[in-house]
Amino acid sequence: MTTTDLEADAVRGGEPLKRSLARALRRQKMRALLLIAPLLIFIFVGFLMPIVSMLTRSVENNIVQDTLPQTVAALQDWDIDSEDLPPEAVFRAMAADLQIAIPDRTALQVARRMNFEAAGWTTMMRRALRAVPDWDLETDGPFRERFLDLHRDWGSLETWRALKAYSSEYTTGYYLAAVDRTMVSGHVEPLPDNQSLHLMLFWRTAWMSGLICFLALLLGYPVAFLLANIKERHANLLLILVLLPFWTSLLVRTSSWKVLLQDQGVVNQFLVWIGLVADDNRLTMINNKFGVIVAMTQILLPFMILPLYSVMKTIPPSYVRAAKSLGATDWTAFWRVYFPQSVPGIGAGAILVFIMAVGYYITPELVGGPSGMFISNRIAHQWYVSGNWGLVGALGTILLLAVLVLYWVYDKVVGIDNVKLG
Amino acid sequence: MSQSRTDGFVVFDRVQKSYDGEVLVVKDLNLSMPKGEFLTMLGPSGSGKTTCLMMLAGFETATHGEILLDGKPINNIPPHKRGIGMVFQNYALFPHMTIAENLSFPLEVRGMGKSEREAKIKRALDMVQMGAFGNRRPAQLSGGQQQRVALARALVFEPELVLMDEPLGALDKQLREHMQFEITNLAHTLGITTVYVTHDQTEALTMSDRVAVFNDGRIQQLAPPEDLYERPENSFVAQFIGENNKLEGVVETISGDRCTVRLDDGSVIDAKPVNVSQPGERTRVSIRPERVESNPERLAPDAHLIDAEVLEFIYMGDTFRFRLRVAGRDDFVMKYRNAQDQRRLSAGDKIRIGWRPEDCRALDA
Repeated sequence: MTTTDLEADAVRGGEPLKRSLARALRRQKMRALLLIAPLLIFIFVGFLMPIVSMLTRSVENNIVQDTLPQTVAALQDWDIDSEDLPPEAVFRAMAADLQIAIPDRTALQVARRMNFEAAGWTTMMRRALRAVPDWDLETDGPFRERFLDLHRDWGSLETWRALKAYSSEYTTGYYLAAVDRTMVSGHVEPLPDNQSLHLMLFWRTAWMSGLICFLALLLGYPVAFLLANIKERHANLLLILVLLPFWTSLLVRTSSWKVLLQDQGVVNQFLVWIGLVADDNRLTMINNKFGVIVAMTQILLPFMILPLYSVMKTIPPSYVRAAKSLGATDWTAFWRVYFPQSVPGIGAGAILVFIMAVGYYITPELVGGPSGMFISNRIAHQWYVSGNWGLVGALGTILLLAVLVLYWVYDKVVGIDNVKLG
Repeated sequence: MSQSRTDGFVVFDRVQKSYDGEVLVVKDLNLSMPKGEFLTMLGPSGSGKTTCLMMLAGFETATHGEILLDGKPINNIPPHKRGIGMVFQNYALFPHMTIAENLSFPLEVRGMGKSEREAKIKRALDMVQMGAFGNRRPAQLSGGQQQRVALARALVFEPELVLMDEPLGALDKQLREHMQFEITNLAHTLGITTVYVTHDQTEALTMSDRVAVFNDGRIQQLAPPEDLYERPENSFVAQFIGENNKLEGVVETISGDRCTVRLDDGSVIDAKPVNVSQPGERTRVSIRPERVESNPERLAPDAHLIDAEVLEFIYMGDTFRFRLRVAGRDDFVMKYRNAQDQRRLSAGDKIRIGWRPEDCRALDA
């Protein structure tokens, strides 16, 4: 019977084959869905929603418009490149907006928002806070002079340009800030060097993660090779040693590197004792890049070893034997036959370690010092010191995108199907 | 050390091998192969046959004794300098290389020029009818095709000795039989010396010039297939090669190449003494099912006959099989060719069976 016959038969029975199949499988599907529902809900609430929230915050900017609607409307007619202050109408609108915003306590929030872009807004607003509520909008004009009396920055072009530039409901401002750009003048331009930090941190995070990844590969490859090629009994023991750090707190591991590497630490003491280093010239190995690289390589090493090991375990020893029987030396057999087959493991390990390193926070925080700081430390700083959630969102989104792009490139080059993690 | 023992092309001279320092996996192995011979190492798993092959290839070192190749001891020569071709059980074709690259590998490591390599690769692939597949990857080939490529790769650098470790184990029956024929053909045409390891006795019997039956780390018998089947030298070989009935008893009389054996239930049978020399010795006799005769007219008048009861009749197409109860044992098998005039017995029939004395070999107990 051909397919069409089968289908015809099913139709004669009352319903098309596809539909009756779907109906037959529905119960099964529902049950499967129910089983994974708790996890799905958890992932949705704990993972997807925060990401969406982060993405939203990185572009959301309605505070200016919501708090100062009349001002924003009045500024529409004012050319941002104009060399004259905005007209009286704008100042009047500002006074009207503030009379509502001050009792609402939203005025200071706007000031805080604008302060992320240009310093001085909080002071300006505090002055206004005291005076503006007493003004009579009908009789007390003109308001331009009154504002200028409160603080001279109310009369600065930069103030109004910044306000106009950052007044739209959605803004690219946070992303500009994340890549050390600003548009306080109304045009995108680089931040002054003393305020540019993010691009340098992104770059540092990338190259240090790359180096850590490479070092982990250098150290992990022989270990994985050994694990895959010794007797099972010994391999299990060795595997426990590899996994042992997993069972120790990350903080403990990082702190122990502090003990080892600090000025009065074990390594320095030893070097001084054997006379390799002068007592008054101890090596600085902590609170800098070196400390971060050493500690993170050690901490992330298992993530390199495990994927490598699981791939290497599947490479039958007969390949290398075959190569040798065909006349290859040990090295040729390894390099031309064994190594290419372990590449998926290298890929899996490298991408895992790199992605984890890029987002690492605790270790650079504890042993990095200012010169060993990663982008994640900056993100954390922006969050709990500056409270600049928008910038945090923008930086986080860029980091997430970078990882996704990396993942995509990796999939194109190595193929994600080839990755085995255990 | 006699001259004849060490003047073969491949020689194992009193070789021993132990992995753990306690148990000998190979015990006192002596073997000499002339050039061009196809020799099969046959035995159950764990009998030491693969270990022997690995020692020859250089992947295992003998703990005692010497292995000679073309008169030169090779114990201390690493595998890549031995120049021995090898076909592995799972073919071990390099998955990240094309077929042509796989074949090119042994030539490249020998520093051969490109044009010479290409000519040799083409010749080797044509030899196994795989000439059109040079650009494929191993995963794109069927098991049989991979097998051919593995063979071509082992031969492309023109080794004088080729080792094969159960190379047909993964193929289905029909393909296996076809490949058996092709491999032996190729080996004989090219005049290559071949050591072939298998646990499949049919393979061993059909392909080999000589078969070495391994058990318990020793060669039990080294003989051409026919001798092995017709004239097993001990009860292990008799049991291992082909189907075999065994009966146990004590030698009663011996005269020349005839003896009589009194079985444990008291009946007397004819046999040919192989591993027994005097009356009173315990022995295990071995008779092939197809040599058991239930028609006394076909036997000599003085032949000893014993009682048997048919327990089961099995129709197998080309043959009939009868399971009999003989001398207290339920596993005695008799086999007939399916012929027009053949008598079909059924369960419960009581018959008398016998055999020619030379078909029943009195072996070690």
